Amino acid sequence: MSKLELSSLYQLTMVRFRLFLREPEAIFWIFIFPILLAMGLGIAFRNRPADVLPVATTDPQCTQMLAADAGLRASTMDEAAGAHALATGSIVLLAVPMTENGVVYRYDDTNPDARVARLLVDRDLQAAGGRHEAVHAENDLVHETGSRYIDFVVPGLLGMNLMGSAMWGLGFSIVDARQKKLLKRLVASPMPKWQYLSAFLLSRMALLVIEVVIFLGFARIAFGVPFRGPLVELGILCLLTSLAFSGLGLLVASRAKTMEGVSGLMNLVMLPMWVLSGVFFSASRFPAVVQPLVRALPLTAAIDAMRGNMLQGLNLGQEMAPVAIMLAWFVVPFAISLRIFRWR
Amino acid sequence: MERGGLAGRAAAAGGGGRPSLRIRGLRKAFVDVQAVDGLDLEVARGECFGLLGPNGAGKTTTIEICEGLTEPDEGEVELLGLNWKTGAKELRQRIGIQLQETQFPEKLTVEEALRLFRSFYRRGIPVEESIKTAQLEEKRRSRIGGLSGGQKQRLAMATALVGDPELLFLDEPTTGLDPQARRHLWDLVDELKQAGRTIILTTHYMDEAERLCDRVAIMDHGKVIALGTPQQLIASIGGEDIVEFAVGVSQVPDSGPPPHGQRPVLGDPGPGAPRALVDPAVFTAIPGVRSHRVDAGLHQLSVSELHTSVPRIFAALDAQGLHLSEFRTHSATLEDVFVRLTGRNLRDE
Repeated sequence: MSKLELSSLYQLTMVRFRLFLREPEAIFWIFIFPILLAMGLGIAFRNRPADVLPVATTDPQCTQMLAADAGLRASTMDEAAGAHALATGSIVLLAVPMTENGVVYRYDDTNPDARVARLLVDRDLQAAGGRHEAVHAENDLVHETGSRYIDFVVPGLLGMNLMGSAMWGLGFSIVDARQKKLLKRLVASPMPKWQYLSAFLLSRMALLVIEVVIFLGFARIAFGVPFRGPLVELGILCLLTSLAFSGLGLLVASRAKTMEGVSGLMNLVMLPMWVLSGVFFSASRFPAVVQPLVRALPLTAAIDAMRGNMLQGLNLGQEMAPVAIMLAWFVVPFAISLRIFRWR
Repeated sequence: MERGGLAGRAAAAGGGGRPSLRIRGLRKAFVDVQAVDGLDLEVARGECFGLLGPNGAGKTTTIEICEGLTEPDEGEVELLGLNWKTGAKELRQRIGIQLQETQFPEKLTVEEALRLFRSFYRRGIPVEESIKTAQLEEKRRSRIGGLSGGQKQRLAMATALVGDPELLFLDEPTTGLDPQARRHLWDLVDELKQAGRTIILTTHYMDEAERLCDRVAIMDHGKVIALGTPQQLIASIGGEDIVEFAVGVSQVPDSGPPPHGQRPVLGDPGPGAPRALVDPAVFTAIPGVRSHRVDAGLHQLSVSELHTSVPRIFAALDAQGLHLSEFRTHSATLEDVFVRLTGRNLRDE
């Protein structure tokens, strides 16, 4: 055997690799699933030309006044039919002209489309009634990448994926080995314990490269998602993210004796982050009271930092806060789990 | 041999001198049971030593304390002149361990698993050789998940061997294997003995202990109740053969004719079988009969001179008008030793 083959750290890492690559389900969840998810979201939230809003009036003359507006599709119906159409969502606004030169708009003001329709219809009717623009305005349209929903959600998905692969990858393998008494057999050999745990991190780092390159490559080619910050630093952020969740995964798996036990713990740890950490929408939408908690979560830090890099072009120096949070989430759980780890 | 220090230990590896394993006053209690209750043992270099006993006798606890996997409450363990407190690193390099019920990763191949274990040892035998010793050549590229029980067990042995250990621990190496796989594994252990390794194994099969072990300690309730070579132990119960028989009242068939082509079941007379009263004194009075006991209707006599005793036993049965429904003899085994010492069967537990 060559010198490398005699190195236990090399052998342990290779074993992790082989076991991962021989698990087709794991390959699906880590490499294929995030791409499918990004594809689905990209299609659902693609930026379409401004919507044409369906509206109705009870008066044909009134409908005529709206016909010229490209942003509206106006029809005429009586009040009863209009109320029904409003309730079923087939129109967003019903305009009912009053006898003495007035009009009533019926719409749901919590629906943004309805509010836009209210403005458009009102503008058209006022103009037809003789109002003049006080200020002349022209439109200069920009469709910039980086401000679309897909640009926002790609770093979120990346963070979520790194969390999942690190936590499941470590947690399940460790508890499986413990349940099968393999851990006990390993500590009965001269294997250095730190190498067993390090092999997980090393193989994770290597798989990380593949995982991140495939996912971001897809996002770039399919959606033209921007990379405004330094790519090397984005790589470092991914590495840090993966380390933080590996530490957490190790901690979760350090005592559990059964798969059921560790699955429950994993979900307990990850569920709050799926909800709170701003994968699909900005975490700043949560009330100020819970913001310190939300900010302290490793996934929030990871996603914030990656959005900062990709969308705002921030460099590492400007992202010290999330970087420090992730480092802490790596070091503290790792240190604790080394102490409490159950080898048998 | 008392040169001491590292040089002394290295020289001792060559043979002779200090025992491979010495245990003094070992005790270990778990929440509900005193698993090991004051154990003293010594195993010489090159010896194959067996811990024999029923499940729950404390064998596994004892061997795991020796392997440094369990901390004893009291007592001293010395292996190869070292102990687990100060010499753990060195010891791990020099002993080989096969545990009960280790499941190696199913998706690794035999060769990959052995290369992994080989990499843990500073020195050892080539992976090739361990595959050959365990007779897994044809399976080297097969995944572990596809191996039979016997092959998995031989793989476990191979992982214990790759470090070329001076001292080998085997915990219930053949439990759960079919008879052929057991014999196969016994051959493997034989080979290791030939190679001069010290082997300590636990088993609850007395035939295994008799077949493999130079010396045996019979354990029960955490204590050694007998210690010696299998021959010594068997001789110690005072007879070399065991006569077993069951009797019914004359002319009454014994719970119907046995099914065609099947031998009567030992010791299981069936609920309705009529049993005659037998006076044990009649048998123990026969010269050569050392003892008598009854187990589930089956009489067991321990006999030293089979050829002269058996005719007299027949005569005694005849004289009492007893009808034999079963009769057999076998050489005394360690099982009989255990039965004599505890009044229980090994596998009743």
